[in-house]
Amino acid sequence: MNQILVLAKKEFRSYFDSPVAYVVITLFLIIAGWQFSSTMFLNNTADLRSLFSITKFILLFFIPAVSMRLFSEEKRGGTLEILMTLPVKDWKLVLGKFLAAYALILVTLVLTGIHYISISSMGDPDFGASMGGYIGLALVVGVYLSIGIFTSSLTENQIIAFIMAFVIIFIFFMLDKLVFLMPGFLANILEFLSIDYHYNNISRGVIDSRNLIYYFSMIFMFLFLTVQVLESRKWK
Amino acid sequence: MISVQNLTKYYGTSLAVDNISFDIAKGTVVGFLGPNGAGKSTTVRIITCYLAPTSGTVQVDDNDVMTESLEVRKKIGYLPESAPLYYDMNVVDHIKFVQSMRLGSAVSNGHRIKEVIDICGLGDVVRKNVAELSKGYRQRLGLAQALVHDPEILILDEPTVGLDPNQIIEIRNLITELGKEKTIILCSHILPEVEATCGRVLIINEGKIVADGTPTELQSSFEGKGRIIIQAKNNLDQFIEKSTQIAGIERIVNTRIITENLKEIDFETIKGIDPREDIFKLCIENQTVLLEMKREETSLEDIFRQLTGKEQLQ
Repeated sequence: MNQILVLAKKEFRSYFDSPVAYVVITLFLIIAGWQFSSTMFLNNTADLRSLFSITKFILLFFIPAVSMRLFSEEKRGGTLEILMTLPVKDWKLVLGKFLAAYALILVTLVLTGIHYISISSMGDPDFGASMGGYIGLALVVGVYLSIGIFTSSLTENQIIAFIMAFVIIFIFFMLDKLVFLMPGFLANILEFLSIDYHYNNISRGVIDSRNLIYYFSMIFMFLFLTVQVLESRKWK
Repeated sequence: MISVQNLTKYYGTSLAVDNISFDIAKGTVVGFLGPNGAGKSTTVRIITCYLAPTSGTVQVDDNDVMTESLEVRKKIGYLPESAPLYYDMNVVDHIKFVQSMRLGSAVSNGHRIKEVIDICGLGDVVRKNVAELSKGYRQRLGLAQALVHDPEILILDEPTVGLDPNQIIEIRNLITELGKEKTIILCSHILPEVEATCGRVLIINEGKIVADGTPTELQSSFEGKGRIIIQAKNNLDQFIEKSTQIAGIERIVNTRIITENLKEIDFETIKGIDPREDIFKLCIENQTVLLEMKREETSLEDIFRQLTGKEQLQ
């Protein structure tokens, strides 16, 4: 367990030792804040719904940018050889890196809490709905990140890792927006696979086990695939 | 301590290591010698559990690299080729990180960290970022991270590449010092390095072991074609003609004109015969002035060239 945390701590720090963390946090807050506040008075409601839908969309770009370096950089720099010859199981390495990137995004999300404070001064936002929105976002982030870490393990080129992650996430993001084109049974399947469909349920404040199972199994599947990719070097 | 049996490794369809077997006893310093691409790095990557063999087994202290990989990794300290490091960390954090990962605990053993910093001579740069370090310090840091858990086995893949002559000597001395207590595998294509530090040499070429023994053993078994180089003047044409008849001289490899009548002649000699006396006598007979005569013994370098060079392929 501790090896996971040691690695997570090191990775988290290295986000802050490089410009990555500052650029991500600053840009994210500026874009999200600008989009949110420019529509807030038009909607004329004291809630964070528009913030969440913007955030979901911005994260589409930001998460691949955060995750792309996780394994690609190690592959290119050769440090993977150091890391993987330490007496640490591969899944612990994957989990450690995943947690570090997760922590960075969660810090960023917590900072958007300032918008909750500002609308509280103007109206009476629904705390439960806001919390639901945040929990939903956190789960969405988990799925995005697990996809990002997976593509990062596939290549030593960070740009390619970014693009692949973006494309895969985008497909899952768009699935439920295409269902009206599909025949009924396929529509149900696609809808269930869509990241957004489950988010919409949770953000309404209804946390259904079906939604949780969806998120956790998506995260688990992509992390599992990442471990398999790392272990593929040991295939005969 | 390390036992490699019938190890074979394919990358796709290309063969990197071809059915090699060897044992390494505890406490020996073994040099893996071979040209680039001979399969040295692949072999150590399998021993360090980074790659899996296509077939064959590798055991470290009776632990198999495939089934008991974690046990094996605990015993080995490894400096990969070209010393990859995390460039965004500073020296002491880097060592701490590797130690914490090995211990599985965020609490570090400061005493040991200080020790490896001393051993590896990193005292002046502890707070510097890895990116700012010179090549020599990076190699030392690579060594420090390999040593931090005081491993029984140390595997160093080309530890002196890119260093200046002084740094090379320092690293070599360090290896010799460490070799007193540890089992060391040193990969290199630099012969004097292996000659100076290793008690045993394995020469690898095209995935096969082509020679195995102590440097002196190898030298004596491959001795044979010695060289005698002389510098002489006066009546040289005659001298050269007659010299080929001396018993023990195989052929003249090369004649080099130094000044108008001073030449350097390079003889190849037959195994077991020392024709120096006859050469001297011939000079007197022929009134040739002998300015210099030296015998060159087969060096490890010659053996290496013989075994791995193109000559062997023909």
